[in-house]
Amino acid sequence: MRMDLCQEMILAGFGGQGIMFAGRLIASAGMIAEKEVSWLPSYGPEMRGGTANCHVIVSDQPVGSPIVVAPTTLVAMNRPSLDKFEDAVLSDGLLIMDSSLIDRKIKRKDIKVIKIPATRMAADMGAGKLANMIMVGQWIKETGLLSMEIVKMSLEKVVSANKQDLMDINIKALELGYQY
Amino acid sequence: MSERVLMKGNEAIAEAAIQAGCRYFFGYPITPQNEIPAYMSKRMPKVDGVYLQAESEVSAINMVYGAAGAGARVMTSSSGPGISLKQEGISYIAGSELPCLIVNIVRGGPGLGGIQPAQSDYFQSVKGGGHGDYRLVVLAPSTVQEAVDLTMEAFDIGDMYRIPVMVLGDGMLGQMMEPVEFKPFQGRALPAKDWATTGTRGKRKRNIVNSLYIEPQALEEKNLARLEKYRQIEQREVKYEMQDCDDADIVLVAYGTTARIVKSAMKAARREGLKVGIVRPITLWPFPAAVLHNLAETAKAFLTVEMSMGQMVEDVKLAVNGVKPVYFYGRTGGMVPAPADILEEIKKIYGGEK
Repeated sequence: MRMDLCQEMILAGFGGQGIMFAGRLIASAGMIAEKEVSWLPSYGPEMRGGTANCHVIVSDQPVGSPIVVAPTTLVAMNRPSLDKFEDAVLSDGLLIMDSSLIDRKIKRKDIKVIKIPATRMAADMGAGKLANMIMVGQWIKETGLLSMEIVKMSLEKVVSANKQDLMDINIKALELGYQY
Repeated sequence: MSERVLMKGNEAIAEAAIQAGCRYFFGYPITPQNEIPAYMSKRMPKVDGVYLQAESEVSAINMVYGAAGAGARVMTSSSGPGISLKQEGISYIAGSELPCLIVNIVRGGPGLGGIQPAQSDYFQSVKGGGHGDYRLVVLAPSTVQEAVDLTMEAFDIGDMYRIPVMVLGDGMLGQMMEPVEFKPFQGRALPAKDWATTGTRGKRKRNIVNSLYIEPQALEEKNLARLEKYRQIEQREVKYEMQDCDDADIVLVAYGTTARIVKSAMKAARREGLKVGIVRPITLWPFPAAVLHNLAETAKAFLTVEMSMGQMVEDVKLAVNGVKPVYFYGRTGGMVPAPADILEEIKKIYGGEK
């Protein structure tokens, strides 16, 4: 797998899965780690069609184009997202997919594929909406770009003030994903 | 040093305006700039400012006109279709020589067009837009940090020259998040607003805000005085960024977010041994014509890249004045050029295909 100091990611899934939030969490963690970061959401009609996505860059260099054409990592949380972005992943890149929602085989032979049943794991822990955090937890472990500590600090900043009571369950989901 | 925060371009522009002392916002919603009014509606009441959603863009710009006439730091924001509706008011504000900030977060056009990023409002921004002989200072940030810095400076430029200033972004800049730092606002030394209609209290002659001059001689005098002001702005306020142009065969010219994509292409080209540099106009008016004119002596060709069918390229051609060829590559309708496509264009020029 590529162990670049730079991650150019696409996170994609259904609207409501917390894709945008997961991307912001990573971008903000990168900022805390004093890296250069950008976060670019899709804001077009596709959001209603099945592939809400965001592009996140975490780099040691100033970010040029914030658009990710060939992701080093694709986090796919539904089938349409996998269909849309599988071919774009950089050779030797990483695909983390929610295997509880995607049943098809992966065409690419030149990328590392991690299947994690995030949605089922989230439901099992009684927090169905936190599959996104489980995916991020696995991403932290797999890339090693940002530490769990930094991501937890980021979580405190990204979670809005009136939802701070959800911190613990978010951290639990992050750790569950990390340990998978 | 103040803390870096992760913010959307739109929200960062709104916060920058407030920190620069803007206390009046009049607007009407349109994608992809809605985070500006949304942010203003939350923040303005906390700083004793006024946030007002008008019944239309026409109304909003005329509220800006009124507040500017009374000497307030005031702004509005919109995207292409809304900015078109505001043109009459912008012309009146320019004619009355009032300062204000207008933010245009551009989307694909013409007509209602789309909501994805575009740079197709360049002509409208720098060549008039409304009727009559007038100019706006047009600032084109390419990062969220620069959007903050230029928004703050826009108010001072406006007050210094009594001129409406536009910050021209696009949907990508408005929607994306980047770390930003809000440095304490260090304003310029500004002339007193002794022209503002603040009430005479019976102690001075009344001030009049007006753009109507029925006598042609009087109107010409007004316009020529304004032309003198425009000349000053052209001398003092030009801003641009230049990178790797010393040995460049091909000088790329791009502004705003497109310049970021062009820089990615430029890096790839340099890795392949192709000598390319970039000039990024930060002020679109006044346009950095002199620097391009001078580069025409050393460069072999220019390539302008825009999210339009070719608008700024006309100003590049005027600056280069036929000394060297000026090529164009653009995407339109909300499509964004990819670095690989730009690299391909560079190679075509090198290979003599263009």
